[in-house]
Amino acid sequence: MDRLDAREGVVTFGALARSGFRRWSTYRQATIAGAFTNVVFGFLRCYVILAVAAATAGGLAAGYDAEQLATYVWVGQGLITVVGMWGWTELADRIRTGEVAADLLRPVPPVVSYLAADLGRFGHAMLTRFVPPMVVGAIFFPLYVPHRAGTIPLFLVSVVLGTLVSFAGRFLVNATAYWLHDARGPIGLWTLASGVLAGLYFPLRLLPDWAAVLLYAALPFAGMLQIPADVLTERDGPALQAGLVAVQAVWAAGLLFACARVQKRAESKLVVQGG
Amino acid sequence: MTVIEMHDLKKDFTVRVRAGRFRRRKRTVAAVDGIDLTVDRGEMVGYIGPNGAGKSTTLKMLTGILTPSAGTVRVCGLTPVPQRTRLARRIGVVFGQRSQLWWDLPLHESFTLLRHIYRVPAADHAARLARCRSLLDLDDFLDTPVRQLSLGQRMRGEITAALLHGPDVLFLDEPTIGLDVVSKQAVRGFLAELGQGGDVTLMLTTHDLADIERLCRRLVVIDHGHVVHDGTIEALHARYGSRRRLVADLDAPLPASFTLAGASLVASEADGHRVSFTLESTTAAEAVAALMASASVRDLSLVEPDIEDVVARLYASPGDTS
Amino acid sequence: MADLRAYGALIGGQFRSIASYRVSFLVEMSSNAMTTALDITTVLVLFGANRSVAGFSLAEALLVASLSSLGFALADMLVGNVDHLKTYVRSGLMDVILVRPLGSLWQLLCMDLPFRKALRVVLALVVLGVAIHLNDVDWTPGRVALLVLSPLAGLVFFGAIFVLSASLAFWWVDSGELGSAFTYGGRDFTSYPVPVYAGWFRAVFAYALGFGFVAYQPALALLGRTDPLGLPAWAGYLSPLVALVAAVVAALVWRAGVRHYRSTGS
Repeated sequence: MDRLDAREGVVTFGALARSGFRRWSTYRQATIAGAFTNVVFGFLRCYVILAVAAATAGGLAAGYDAEQLATYVWVGQGLITVVGMWGWTELADRIRTGEVAADLLRPVPPVVSYLAADLGRFGHAMLTRFVPPMVVGAIFFPLYVPHRAGTIPLFLVSVVLGTLVSFAGRFLVNATAYWLHDARGPIGLWTLASGVLAGLYFPLRLLPDWAAVLLYAALPFAGMLQIPADVLTERDGPALQAGLVAVQAVWAAGLLFACARVQKRAESKLVVQGG
Repeated sequence: MTVIEMHDLKKDFTVRVRAGRFRRRKRTVAAVDGIDLTVDRGEMVGYIGPNGAGKSTTLKMLTGILTPSAGTVRVCGLTPVPQRTRLARRIGVVFGQRSQLWWDLPLHESFTLLRHIYRVPAADHAARLARCRSLLDLDDFLDTPVRQLSLGQRMRGEITAALLHGPDVLFLDEPTIGLDVVSKQAVRGFLAELGQGGDVTLMLTTHDLADIERLCRRLVVIDHGHVVHDGTIEALHARYGSRRRLVADLDAPLPASFTLAGASLVASEADGHRVSFTLESTTAAEAVAALMASASVRDLSLVEPDIEDVVARLYASPGDTS
Repeated sequence: MADLRAYGALIGGQFRSIASYRVSFLVEMSSNAMTTALDITTVLVLFGANRSVAGFSLAEALLVASLSSLGFALADMLVGNVDHLKTYVRSGLMDVILVRPLGSLWQLLCMDLPFRKALRVVLALVVLGVAIHLNDVDWTPGRVALLVLSPLAGLVFFGAIFVLSASLAFWWVDSGELGSAFTYGGRDFTSYPVPVYAGWFRAVFAYALGFGFVAYQPALALLGRTDPLGLPAWAGYLSPLVALVAAVVAALVWRAGVRHYRSTGS
């Protein structure tokens, strides 16, 4: 297999990401429908969480004030598709149909090419799926405006890391199809767990402290929504804010490494068994 | 008795075409554009045309799947869409590319389920199934789940499924597509026998013209949503000037001055030892006699015109339908 | 009704089809049950931190949530798969269904009945039992009838919403997730007491679309509480009527959709 040098590698990666972007921009109507749905859920969850905050002493629920909570909800709605929490079964489908063999013939490792395509998808979703809920949320609810200069750049880093975590997790559950007949079970479990454990339904810090700490650090899911939303709403001081992003980075690196290892195992299995 | 009646039948689809980066323009495409056709009881009609000519669209309007945009359609005296469920009991439909069988169940269970769906009396069901079992050789795979059947086996199952409620009309959309030669023969043989009874009216679309030659006296050709030919295969040949050919192997080449009355020389091969004539205004017998009289003939054969050629020419000619 | 036997045969066929994939069936059934558990957990977490939210105690909120959950679980099991309509169109199943002498919607539902969702119904029933136990309901014959009727009305109402949002695909093939704003969105909306919401959003979902009558109004009637939003006490008994209206609208839209059906390819 050819080894690409670094410069060529970057060019190839960019081309793959661009084609990922273009592929998603052809689903224009589905994008509009999806953004509408995110907005409806934004209203629902925002009203509920604000009612909870209003009923709490001092209007603070789990240390967030009303503006922070509203922002939390709308950022969450915007990020579902950006990090790509749900619905990716492409790898599992290609494994099941055997098409994955064609991926192995390309000079780019499959993890890298799928990651590039996913970042293209991320770029498209950032423009089309993150902006609309944020705009609607800002029109109908008072949202929190960050005070610290570093927050916005840190938020963007956090979102990219969240996407990497989400991609790697999805890749791993899809890759179970190399060994199981049917990857729908693991994918279903991932879908189920990611919603609640990423903090989509409620901020994780509404849970008892020990549970919250566990979910932030010992599982990767918080990195997909909870941490980026915490960063943007400045829930914590600068040190903890940066520390949470560092936790995300560790998870992203670890999971991507696991993806590479799993893919390698799967490839040697395919070679031995002839697919 | 008329079984199928279409009068000025039309079906339009609106499609959105990209016009620039953000604009889409609506465009109306007529898939079926004014078809008039009647089919009598017991007829076997081949309905052919190039891809996108409107064959399947017509069939879907006849079976109540699609609502016509304009015109009238009656099948067995019923209007398909409003009287869909009543019509469903009178017709059988075989889609070559979609299955009406239960994918995960043994084949015989599909037949039992269809008996309930169509409310067929048990005795009638058993008699029809027994007939199909013997004529289509179903016994070997009746207990096999449909997903494990070969395409040929599945198609024999599909045809059985369409006939168990004793329909008056059988619609077949590409029944032989993708089948191997043996299965094609089995399917054609069965349909031919079915048609001979004279009770079932049969209408089939196909890309394989051998189906038509084997099964259908009547051929309807459509193109761009219009009927461009309706009649026998012979009439199609007559209309498009296809002729039989006489091919002869000779002991010695013919003299250059030789002519055959009512026929013309189209090819001379092997240094003049093999010649071909198309028969224009003479019978085969006369031409053979004339040739035998003036040359030493070692062998000869009569070649029937090829329907594929005719139809290919028909499709290629730009929509002259006026 | 001879048709009923035909539908029964279809359901039997679907059951035997599923039985040939035992392991996936068990996995999917348990992960399905967990979604209901998570919905209820969410309510517990949000309401658990406080004495009351929007004037409703945790026990009262649980009654609203469990009524919604039971109605939704029933509808999702019996009707929910209609949102695969786009797949049925692409695979040609819709064509096959239309040439058979049975109603198209019932046939579709019977042919793809997701038995794996059954456990959710059981779970929702248990939670409803707990919620009834936690609240001090002053039982009258009317309230007993309401307790039985309102989950059934919820089934019909959510079923109608499922059919309506699936029917969108007849006109707008790329409608994507739009339908889930009203199906799953409706479930989320009905899981909380209506006073939680405000403004035009509340007016649209609760009253114009009728979601307020699925769980909230019946729960008030069961509890004997007056509606802080001013609807009379008998509003809780309207839920079957609202469900019926939704079902009629859904049936008409489905019929129109089938007439508008374009089929696919060859």
